Amino acid sequence: MGKFAQTFLNWEVMAQYAPKILEGFWVTVQLALAVVIAGIATGLVLALARSFRVKALNLLIVAFVDVLRAVPPLVLIIILYFALPTVGVRMSGFVSTWLALSAILASFAEEIFWAGMLAVPHGQWEAARSTGLSFLQAMRFVVLPQAVRITIPPLTNRTIAITKGTALGAVVAVGEILYQAQSAYSFSYNPSPLTLGAVAYLILFIPVVWFGRWVETRFAWKR
Amino acid sequence: METLITAFFNLGILRETAPYLWAGFKMSALLTLVVVPLGIAGGLAVALIARTAFRPLRWLVVFYVDFFRAFPPLVLLMFIAFGLPFTGLDLPAFVSVALAFFLNTSSYYGEIFRAGIESIPRGQFEAARSTGLGAAQTMAYVIVPQATRNVIPDLISNTLEVVKLTSIASVVALPELLYAARQAQSITYNATPIIAAGIIYLVCLWPLVRLLSRFEHRQIALH
Repeated sequence: MGKFAQTFLNWEVMAQYAPKILEGFWVTVQLALAVVIAGIATGLVLALARSFRVKALNLLIVAFVDVLRAVPPLVLIIILYFALPTVGVRMSGFVSTWLALSAILASFAEEIFWAGMLAVPHGQWEAARSTGLSFLQAMRFVVLPQAVRITIPPLTNRTIAITKGTALGAVVAVGEILYQAQSAYSFSYNPSPLTLGAVAYLILFIPVVWFGRWVETRFAWKR
Repeated sequence: METLITAFFNLGILRETAPYLWAGFKMSALLTLVVVPLGIAGGLAVALIARTAFRPLRWLVVFYVDFFRAFPPLVLLMFIAFGLPFTGLDLPAFVSVALAFFLNTSSYYGEIFRAGIESIPRGQFEAARSTGLGAAQTMAYVIVPQATRNVIPDLISNTLEVVKLTSIASVVALPELLYAARQAQSITYNATPIIAAGIIYLVCLWPLVRLLSRFEHRQIALH
C-alpha cells in the first residue's frame, strides 16, 4: 500500500505540479464553454435555416451533419491541425479542437432541434399563422418554445459527451488538464499527476453528469 | 485546386501507403469486434445488478456508472496505459485499450439497458412470474428481449460513438486506422493518408448515421 501511494498519490510530485493542473483546469473550462456556445448556436441557426425548406441548402446541411456524425472527433482535430497546414491554413491546437468539437456539437444539435421542430404538430403552425403572426413570429413564440422543451434532454446528454472531448486537445498540445498531467508525468516519471488530472476531471464533470440526470427526469418523455 | 489535389488527394501517395492503411483498418475492425460485444455484455450486467434488492450493491453500480461517465475516455485510457505499468501490471496496448473501453462503454450501455428495463410495465413481470417462471427466467425470456427492442436506436447510436472512439487508441500507439494514417503521413510528408482515413470512417459509418437519423425522427414524431 505504501508503494502504491508512493506511486499514484505521491504528495511531493502532486504539490509540485498542482499549479500546472489548475492552469489546465481553466483551459478545459474555457474550451468547453466556447464549444458549447458556438456548437449550440450554430446548430440552432442550421435548424432554422433548414425550416425554410430550400432544397439545395437543406441538402448541404444534411451533408454537413452526416459527415460530422460519421467521422471521429480525433480524426477531425488531426486533419485541422496536421493536414490543413500543408495547404497553408494554420491554426493553433486550441482553435482546431474548438472548431472540430463545435462543428460536431452543431451537427448533433441541428438534428435534435430539427427533429424537435418536426415534433410540433402542424396545426400549431397554422393556428399561429391564422391569428396573424408572421412566419418569424410563429417560429419565435409558438414553435420554438415547444420544440426546445422536447429537445432539452437529448441535447444535454450530447453536449456533456462532446465537452468531455476537450481532453482530445491534449493530442494537439492544447494546455488543458490531460496535456498538463501527461507532460508532468513524463517530466517526473511518476503517474501521480495523472491521478491529479483524473481528479480534476471528476470535479469538473461529476456535477455535469448529475445535472444531466436531473434534466432527464425533469423533462422525462411521457411514453 | 492543383495544390489541394497533390496535398490531400494524392493518388501516388495513396497507392504507396494503402497497405499501412489496410492493416490499420483491420486493427480498427478487430478492436470494434472486441469492445462492442464486451461493452454490451457489461452494460447488460450493470443494468441487471442495478435492480438487485441489495442496496449497497445498487449504490456501487450507480457510482460505477456516474464515475466512468464523468471520465473522458482518453483520460481513462492514458491512466490505464501509463499508470498500470507502475503497479507491475504491464498490459499489451490492445488489452489496455479494451479495458478502458470496457469501463467506459459498459456504463453507457448500462444506462441504456436500465432505461429499457424501466420502460417495461410491471404487469409483464407479474404475468411472467405467475405463469411459473423464476426471477432469472422472467428477466431472460420476457423482460430483457422487450427492453432491448425498445432501446434499439439508443444502442445503435452508442455503438456508432464507440466505433468512432476506437480512434483514440492511436494515442497509446495501438496501430489502428488513425495511427497508421499518422505514421504514413510522417513518412511521406503528405496529408493524403489522414484524409483517406477520414474518408474510410465516413464511408463505413455513413449508413449507420442515415439509419439513426431515420429512427430519431420517427421517435420524436411518435411523441
